[in-house]
Amino acid sequence: MNLFKKKNYIILDRRAESPQAQTPDRDAPAVPDGMWVKCSHCKKLIYKKEMGPYHICPNCGGHFRLGARERIALIADEGTFEEMDASLRAKNPMGYPNYDKIIAKAQQKSGLIDGVVSGTCQIGTIPIVLAVMDGNFMMGSMGSVVGEKITRAIEFATSHRLPLVIFTVSGGARMQEGIISLMQMAKTSAALSRHSQAGLLYISVITDPTTGGVSASFASLGDIILAEPGALMGFAGQRVIEGTINEKLPEGFQRAEFQLEHGFVDKIVPRPELKDTLVRLLRLHQPEEVAEHE
Amino acid sequence: MNKAAEVLAASRKVSRPTTLEFIDRLCEEFIELHGDRYFADDPAMVGGIGRFCGRPVTLIGVQKGHTTEENIRRNFGSPNPEGYRKQLRLMKQAEKFHRPVITFINTSGAYCGIGAEERGQGEAIARCLFETATLKTPVISIFIGEGGSGGALALACGDRVWMLQNGMYAVLSPEGFASILWRSPTRAAEAAELMKITAPDLLKNGVIEKLIPEPREGLDRNLDFTTNILKEELKKELDILCAMDPDQLLEERYARFRKYGDFQEDESEKI
Repeated sequence: MNLFKKKNYIILDRRAESPQAQTPDRDAPAVPDGMWVKCSHCKKLIYKKEMGPYHICPNCGGHFRLGARERIALIADEGTFEEMDASLRAKNPMGYPNYDKIIAKAQQKSGLIDGVVSGTCQIGTIPIVLAVMDGNFMMGSMGSVVGEKITRAIEFATSHRLPLVIFTVSGGARMQEGIISLMQMAKTSAALSRHSQAGLLYISVITDPTTGGVSASFASLGDIILAEPGALMGFAGQRVIEGTINEKLPEGFQRAEFQLEHGFVDKIVPRPELKDTLVRLLRLHQPEEVAEHE
Repeated sequence: MNKAAEVLAASRKVSRPTTLEFIDRLCEEFIELHGDRYFADDPAMVGGIGRFCGRPVTLIGVQKGHTTEENIRRNFGSPNPEGYRKQLRLMKQAEKFHRPVITFINTSGAYCGIGAEERGQGEAIARCLFETATLKTPVISIFIGEGGSGGALALACGDRVWMLQNGMYAVLSPEGFASILWRSPTRAAEAAELMKITAPDLLKNGVIEKLIPEPREGLDRNLDFTTNILKEELKKELDILCAMDPDQLLEERYARFRKYGDFQEDESEKI
């Protein structure tokens, strides 16, 4: 049972808990190469190593975006992640000009074959199915590969009676695949419907940003929906809304705190507490643990 | 103008018959029901119970107007979250009373506004996709005009998806597509062609099952031409779907959406 004991997390600068950490206002933060990076939340120059494994600004507590592999390393018990469907690659259903080149470029940039990594793992020794999207690959857009891998992950969870955790980050449907990318929303949601009917737990974790077709499908369908602080979540992009209503959007619009206030997120969890929170939630859904207490 | 751009223009024509006109021609009687029971009634989404060829059915659809005034009231056929929650409520009601559902799609997309986001536009659409997948009653969807993005998909997750000759269905409006990918909204006609938005294209790639013809003189001039065909087809299809074992119906509905995807993988890695 010691495995469930709280782990030693890195200790963050106390300033990370300052009020401005609650409502970071910034554009896409990503960690570029080099020793020093500018925090896109507080604009301070910070020494890269000071961000620690959680990629959090030591000055303002703003969460930098994480790649899928880095995320899995933080969430899965060491050495337990087994990837599935790793070889799925995009084709070109709409005949979009140079789509193969666009894909090749994204693969080079991200080191991934497409926008999601899925597999099985243990977290706090509990076996789960885990799918993690990656914003470095065409902004995590959902085309056939993302839709198929997510669907297969859900179906695997259903047939093996496993809980499912999906980390979302996405600009929405992959435009270059046209209507087929829209169909991935229906496909993933239908698979989740069956997972739910089987009485199984699905936790979605919203990371920055989760918009469009992913917000209008599996991101919003968790039995429990967690979000990282400041993560943007919404159906329509901010520029689209500004264009439609012809006015500036209010501060903090569509951020995790806004979604919590409006009832669309269960809990905002800072990255260092995420694994622990997931383990606690999963344990509360383990039938064996109920038996142990009787 | 290319063929796709012509279809796009026809699908958006202000005089194009709306959902309520289709319901009126198809049904012997219809009682409209209102509200999502949580927040409001969305005039952009209409629904109710009707009698179709003697059979009680639930009819739901996006409603546009023919005049500016009417269109303002109908929000130009862009539903808010309460519209999708009304749709879901009526679908659940249909399931309870074993009525088949017919949906009519004619929207450029779900509304993009502050209120829509505050009330969870994404969640409202996602919930429709999720619930329709396991709804224990037949659902037939008909694209009567525009079909844009998730706001159209929310109504099109059933057993059969049909489209009128000048209907269209796309991941995003061709203008939006051109502006996102090419930063040039003026290339909409080119985008429309590339995106394969027309009924014959969608029939070919299996996104729809049936194309319903329109009269040469225009749908607005002779709606009966199309509704007479539609009536025959709907009657035939409802007889088939209503006679099906419910488990089989849901199996086939799942398979209908499960098949979409265009990808490759190494055979050796398949489980």
